[in-house]
Amino acid sequence: MAVLLGLLLMAAGLQLAGYDAAAAIGALWRGAFGSWYALTSATLVRAVPLIIIGLGIALAFRAGVLNIGAEGQFYAGAIAATWVGLHVAGRPAAVALPAVLAAAFLAGAAWVVVPVWLQLRYGVLEVISTLLLNFVAESLVSLMVQGPLQESQHIYPQSDPIAAAARLPVLPGTRLHAGLLLALLAAVGLWYVFGRTLWGFRLRAVGAGPRAAEISGRVDARRMMALALLGSGAVAGLAGGVEVTGVSYALFQNLSPGYGFTGIAVALLARLHPLGIVATGFLFGALEAGAGGMQREAGVPAVAVYVVEAIVILVVLLADAATRRQAAEAAA
Amino acid sequence: MSTPSSLALRGIRKRFGSVQALRGADFTLAPGELHALLGENGAGKTTLMHVAYGMVRPDAGEVTVDGVSRALASPRVARRLGIGMVHQHFTSVPAFTVAENVALAAGWPVAPGALRERVRTVADRFGLPLDPDARAGQLSVALKQRLEIVKALATETRILLLDEPTAVLAPGEAEELLRVVRAFTATGGAAVLITHKLDEALAAADRVTVLRQGSVVFSGPIAGQTSASLAAAMVGDEGRDGVRPPAAHREHAARDAVLVRLEELEVPRDSGYGIAVRRATLSIRAGEIVGIAAVEGNGQRELLRAVAGRLPPLRGRREVAGPVAFIPEDRTTEGLIPSLTLTENVVLGSRPDDPWIRRGRVDWKVARARTASLLAEFGVLAAGPDARAASLSGGNQQKLVAGRELARRPRVVVAENPTRGLDLRAAEAIHARLREAAAEGAAVLIYSSDLDEVLALADRVLAAARGLVSEVPPGATRAQIGELMVTGGR
Repeated sequence: MAVLLGLLLMAAGLQLAGYDAAAAIGALWRGAFGSWYALTSATLVRAVPLIIIGLGIALAFRAGVLNIGAEGQFYAGAIAATWVGLHVAGRPAAVALPAVLAAAFLAGAAWVVVPVWLQLRYGVLEVISTLLLNFVAESLVSLMVQGPLQESQHIYPQSDPIAAAARLPVLPGTRLHAGLLLALLAAVGLWYVFGRTLWGFRLRAVGAGPRAAEISGRVDARRMMALALLGSGAVAGLAGGVEVTGVSYALFQNLSPGYGFTGIAVALLARLHPLGIVATGFLFGALEAGAGGMQREAGVPAVAVYVVEAIVILVVLLADAATRRQAAEAAA
Repeated sequence: MSTPSSLALRGIRKRFGSVQALRGADFTLAPGELHALLGENGAGKTTLMHVAYGMVRPDAGEVTVDGVSRALASPRVARRLGIGMVHQHFTSVPAFTVAENVALAAGWPVAPGALRERVRTVADRFGLPLDPDARAGQLSVALKQRLEIVKALATETRILLLDEPTAVLAPGEAEELLRVVRAFTATGGAAVLITHKLDEALAAADRVTVLRQGSVVFSGPIAGQTSASLAAAMVGDEGRDGVRPPAAHREHAARDAVLVRLEELEVPRDSGYGIAVRRATLSIRAGEIVGIAAVEGNGQRELLRAVAGRLPPLRGRREVAGPVAFIPEDRTTEGLIPSLTLTENVVLGSRPDDPWIRRGRVDWKVARARTASLLAEFGVLAAGPDARAASLSGGNQQKLVAGRELARRPRVVVAENPTRGLDLRAAEAIHARLREAAAEGAAVLIYSSDLDEVLALADRVLAAARGLVSEVPPGATRAQIGELMVTGGR
């Protein structure tokens, strides 16, 4: 519903701006689903980082911690994955790959250590500290690709390709990599943690009512929120590791087209439900893949797709607010 | 200063949800007088003054200002009639300057130079020097309170309503404030002083009105009153029993096990600064219900939380048998989480040995079945275990919290204001559960801001005053209890 409305409004806007709206929508569709290659190598490849980051966001948001720094944590993971990936040449994939992904995971968590410490020690809002660290991470990437991690010719601002053993297996004939399985596994895992474990329930309770969680549930809310933020950073870092080992095989600037921010939308649109995030991640992956097709075929700027994304989110938020108001009125 | 004024409230009635806050209260304020308004928490003092200030529309009754009947639709209307109010909590904008805050309250235009002079004039006239350029957030507590008074007086105010203005002040600062109020009434203004400090009322006021459960139980000159007579009026003494003598089933108490033992316990304030409970020593035996009588803010809250294991003591010994059930005062922020389902709220209080917890996993089927049986057993009216806690009425929410806490057969039960805001039937149901828990051998500790509730439930009563806990002797009258609530027995 929301998606249809978003597409309609975008089409109307394009028509008014003098584009052929029907052709643009057609190109969007073909770019996302037009062929087996488009589905696997464009849509799904973009969906993977969005799903993983969305899961990380859900972990934090469900605990009431607003992690806006997934972009930076993604880059921290990508840097660590590249660095380790360059040093595992000659090792078997069974060692190299887990080592690279673990490095990305830990680097993402390390990237939120400072926000966690600032929050616990001085009460600095994590919204601000995690957001600001995004800029630090982006600068760090550009420092790395022009310094310690620059390719051996020292010409281009990017790293050498990582060792073959450190790359994720790819589906033959496509660019789709095993990161998709990892994302699906993570989604099911998080769903289990939230829904079936006491720890996951307590995390949700802290997010829904921190005072009650402490007084009635005897949960240490501050500790829980710190853990959630660390976990969230680790998952976003893992997404960066998956991107390097599955898609780019190297580190460069603008590795992420804003996955860390779109991931927040993906998570919110799924109402922070892990399995829902798989669906919304897929949807946003398709929109972003289709945007490329639209630009190539119909000459419509890819940013038009952000209009659709924004409208989808607004419609869903409005619907949520309306439902809540109805519930409140029913209760009163 | 200006024309004499008077305020009269007649037959004021006000109901909030299921709580009848005012039951036909009468109150008159003569020009030039300082009138103390006393009563226990929840007696309706603040509500009555909010009616006079146009913040609360009464369900019935008449407000007369200067002999003219008025419908006070808003504080703005009240201010125009010369009524100003100092609220219980600070109402200044911390980032604004003193002058800007006064302008905001008085509706003056913000023209820096003229405004500064205007504020200085008002402040000096009442002997309340204040720097107009200081940021409100950076003032000391005493100066913040001074700013509140200047704000209330800024607009030709002739009737000043003060809601516990000295609660936050040190003794010297409180005297200073009362001196200012006296100066105001000496020039023809009239003031109402809501306070819990009886000494203060006796020292400063001309007349006194005592509210009890929404009705005026005493109104007259302060001359001839004592803190004992005022305390008696506050808690009521007509025809009701004091602490009841030990009931027959309590006679074996000395043989029962001691389940709660505190020795010289010191507990910090919940806010983190200062000491709330001073060297409390007490013990509670199995089967005993101990009630605490206290005026709000005298350490009883922290004492209960320390016993319940929710607030770590600073020093002293604390021996409490487990499991402990805790029914916190605020059910919607501390007792349960409104956005979660009833089942989830039951799981919120989980312990590792609960049947629905298996090695860190939650078996929701078991938890749901348990919740369903809790709903039936405790008479919680709800659509079912999957309903959101927010969809329940206050009474049913409280029954759910009580059910969750008591169903585990706790050895110690701690309850804070367990029936606040509940209607009679719901309150009775909660009382019955607490008595049942005691009958089954639990040690029960309750605090209620309603002394009647404490007396109705407790086998033994303790009074808390300024962090000091004292034993109320068996058979004590309500007046004696009131005295202990004020003096702490020392």
